[in-house]
Amino acid sequence: MESEALGWYGVPIAVLGGAIRVSTPFLFVSLGECLTERSGRINLGLEGVLVMGAMSGYAVSFLTGNAWVGVLVAGLAGMALGLLHGLVCSLARVSDIAVGIGLMLLGTGLAFFLGKPYVQPKAPTLPALHLGDWSASPQIQAALQINVLFLAGIALAIAMAWAFRATRWGLIVRMVGDSADAARAMGYPVAAVRTLCTAAGGFLAGVGGSFLSLYYPGSWNEGLSSGQGLMAVALVIFARWRPLACFWAALLFGGAGAIGPALQSVGVTGGYYLFNAAPYVLTLAIMIFTSSPNRTLAGAPGELSVTR
Amino acid sequence: MEAVAALPANAGTRAPLASDAVRRAAEGLLIPLGALAVSMLLFGVFVLVLGKDPIAVYQLIWKGAFSTSFAWQNTLQRAAPLILTALCVAIPARAGLIVIGAEGALVLGGLAAAVSGHLLSGHAPLAVQLAMALAAMTTGAAWIALAGGLRHFRGVNETIGSLLLTYIAIALFNHFVEGPLRDPASLNKPSTMPIDEASMVGNLPGLDVHWGLVFGVVFCLACHVLVRHTVAGFALRVVGGNVRAARLAGLPVGALILGSCAVGGAAAGLAGMVEVAAVHGSANASLIAGYGYAGILVAFIARHNPLAIVPVAILVGGINASGSILQRRLDLPDATVLVLQGIAFMAILAAETLYGRARLFQPRGA
Repeated sequence: MESEALGWYGVPIAVLGGAIRVSTPFLFVSLGECLTERSGRINLGLEGVLVMGAMSGYAVSFLTGNAWVGVLVAGLAGMALGLLHGLVCSLARVSDIAVGIGLMLLGTGLAFFLGKPYVQPKAPTLPALHLGDWSASPQIQAALQINVLFLAGIALAIAMAWAFRATRWGLIVRMVGDSADAARAMGYPVAAVRTLCTAAGGFLAGVGGSFLSLYYPGSWNEGLSSGQGLMAVALVIFARWRPLACFWAALLFGGAGAIGPALQSVGVTGGYYLFNAAPYVLTLAIMIFTSSPNRTLAGAPGELSVTR
Repeated sequence: MEAVAALPANAGTRAPLASDAVRRAAEGLLIPLGALAVSMLLFGVFVLVLGKDPIAVYQLIWKGAFSTSFAWQNTLQRAAPLILTALCVAIPARAGLIVIGAEGALVLGGLAAAVSGHLLSGHAPLAVQLAMALAAMTTGAAWIALAGGLRHFRGVNETIGSLLLTYIAIALFNHFVEGPLRDPASLNKPSTMPIDEASMVGNLPGLDVHWGLVFGVVFCLACHVLVRHTVAGFALRVVGGNVRAARLAGLPVGALILGSCAVGGAAAGLAGMVEVAAVHGSANASLIAGYGYAGILVAFIARHNPLAIVPVAILVGGINASGSILQRRLDLPDATVLVLQGIAFMAILAAETLYGRARLFQPRGA
C-alpha cells in the first residue's frame, strides 16, 4: 500500500491508520450493542443489521446522490431490524440469543437479495477530513485521513457514558437491565424499554454498516462484512459495558484487523489468511481471559442471559 | 396419608396418558407447521411487494424441489450435509448449549478428509473411506468440543465462541488450501491434492444420490437412541434442563457437555468428508457453502429432535435446490432462498411462545 518508503517503520503507522479507519464500524456496532445489553437483552443479530445497513446505505446513496441520506436510511433500516428483534423477544419464553441468530440470517439474506442490483454501480461516498496535512510524509497523511463518522462515534461514546451516569433515561435503562423486578415495581414497562433500546442499538449498527460501504472499503458486495457485527458483541463484554471503554476496544480491534494488510504492504504475504484471522483470535483470547466459569462478570447487567 | 390417598387417582389416569402423548405430539407438529405457513404467507407478501407473482414463486419452488425424480435427487443430495450439520446444533442443544459452529467443523473436517484420502491413495477404497471419515469426525469433534470446553472451563459464551471459531476455521482452511497443501495443478480454483477416483464415495444403487444421505439418517437414528434411550442421554437432558440439579445429583456435567459437543462436531465433520469424498473430490472453497448456517435453521425447526431433523433437512434442502430455477425463470437473485429461510427462522422462534398456551394440547386431569 503506502508504506514502501518507510520500510518496516511503515507497519506501525499503517496499523495505526488502519485502526482509525477500521475501528469506526466496531465503534458504532459496539455502542449500539452496549445500549441493548445495558437494558438486559443481547442482540447477536447485529452482524445481519450491519450488512443490511451497508447495503441500504450504499443503495440510497447511489439513488439520491447524497451519501449522508444513505447513512440516515442505513440507520433506519437497522432500526427496523432492531425493532423486529425487540418485539419478537418481548413474547414470553422466546430466547434473545436464538432470535439474534435468526436476525443474522434474515438480515444478510435480505441485504444480499435487495443489494444484488447495486454491486456494480459506483455510489457517492463519504468525504474524509485531512488532518495530516501538516506532515510531509504521505504515510502519516494517509493514516490521519479521518471520517466525520469516526468523530461522531467518539462524541456518541462520551454522550452515552454521561447519559448512563447522569440522566433519568440512563438510570431507567440501567435499572431495567439490572433488575426487571425493580423496574416493574417502579412502574416502568420493561419490555417496552428493552425494545426501544434494541431498536436504537439497531440504528447505530446500521450507521456502522453504512461506513463500510460508503467510506472504507467504500463499495457494496456480499463479502463486505466479515464478522465485525459479531466481534462487536464480544467487544462490549471486553469493555465491561462501558461506552468509553468500547471506544478503546474498537481501536484495538481495528488495529488487529489492519495487521494483515500492513504486513502485506511490506512484502510479508506468507500467512496472509492467518493474519486476517488476528481479530477473531484476539476476540476469543479476550473472551477466554475475561470470562470466568464461577462468577458473573464485573459490570455485567444483572438481567443479561449471556453472562449467566 | 395423602400420598396413599393419591395413589388410586394416579392409577386411574393410565388410560388418558396415551391421548396426552398424542396431544403433546400434535402441539409439537402443529405449531412449527403453522409457523412455516405464516412465514410462507409473509414471504409471499414480500415477493408481491417486489412485483413478482408469489404463486408462481411457490410453484417453481415445488417444481425445483419435489416435482420430478431428478428434483428429488437434487434435494436429497443437498439434504445430506444439512442433516449432519443440524445434528451439530441439536445434540449440544440437548445439554442446554446453543452452538452455531457447524460451518467451521465442516470445512476443517473436509480438509482432514481430503488430506488423509490423498495420503492413503492406493490402499483399499473401503479402508481409505473409513480413514477419511474417522479423520473428519475426529477433527470436527475436537473443534466443537473446544467451544464446549471454553464454555465449561472458562465460562466463554458458547454461541459467540463457536461462531468466532468458525471464522478462525475458515481462515485456517484458506491458509492451508491456498498455501502448504495446494495442488500445484489447481490454477483457477485453489484445491488440495485430489483423492483417488476409486476411493470416492459412490451413489446409492439405482439413484443419483450419494451415500452421504444414508450416513446422515443413520447418524440421526443413533443420536435418537443415544438421547432418548440411554443413561448418558438422560443425564444429558438433565444437564440441559437444569445444570444445578445435575451437579447436585452428581452427574459429570463437564464430560456430558464436552461429549455432546464432540458428537455434534463429529456429525458436522462427517458432512465435510461427504462433501469432499462424494461431491468435490478435493478440499476447496466450494466447501464453504453455508451448510453450517442452514443446519442451524434445520435444528431449530426440528426443535433439536434428531428424528425430526431428517424431514426438515429435506424440506430446507428442497428450498435450497430450487434457488437456481427461481434465478433462471423469474430473474430472482440467488439470495431469495436466504430470505425465505430467514423469515421462516424468525417465525419459528416467535412461535416458541405458543407452546403450552392452547388448552387443546394440554394433558387432561393434570
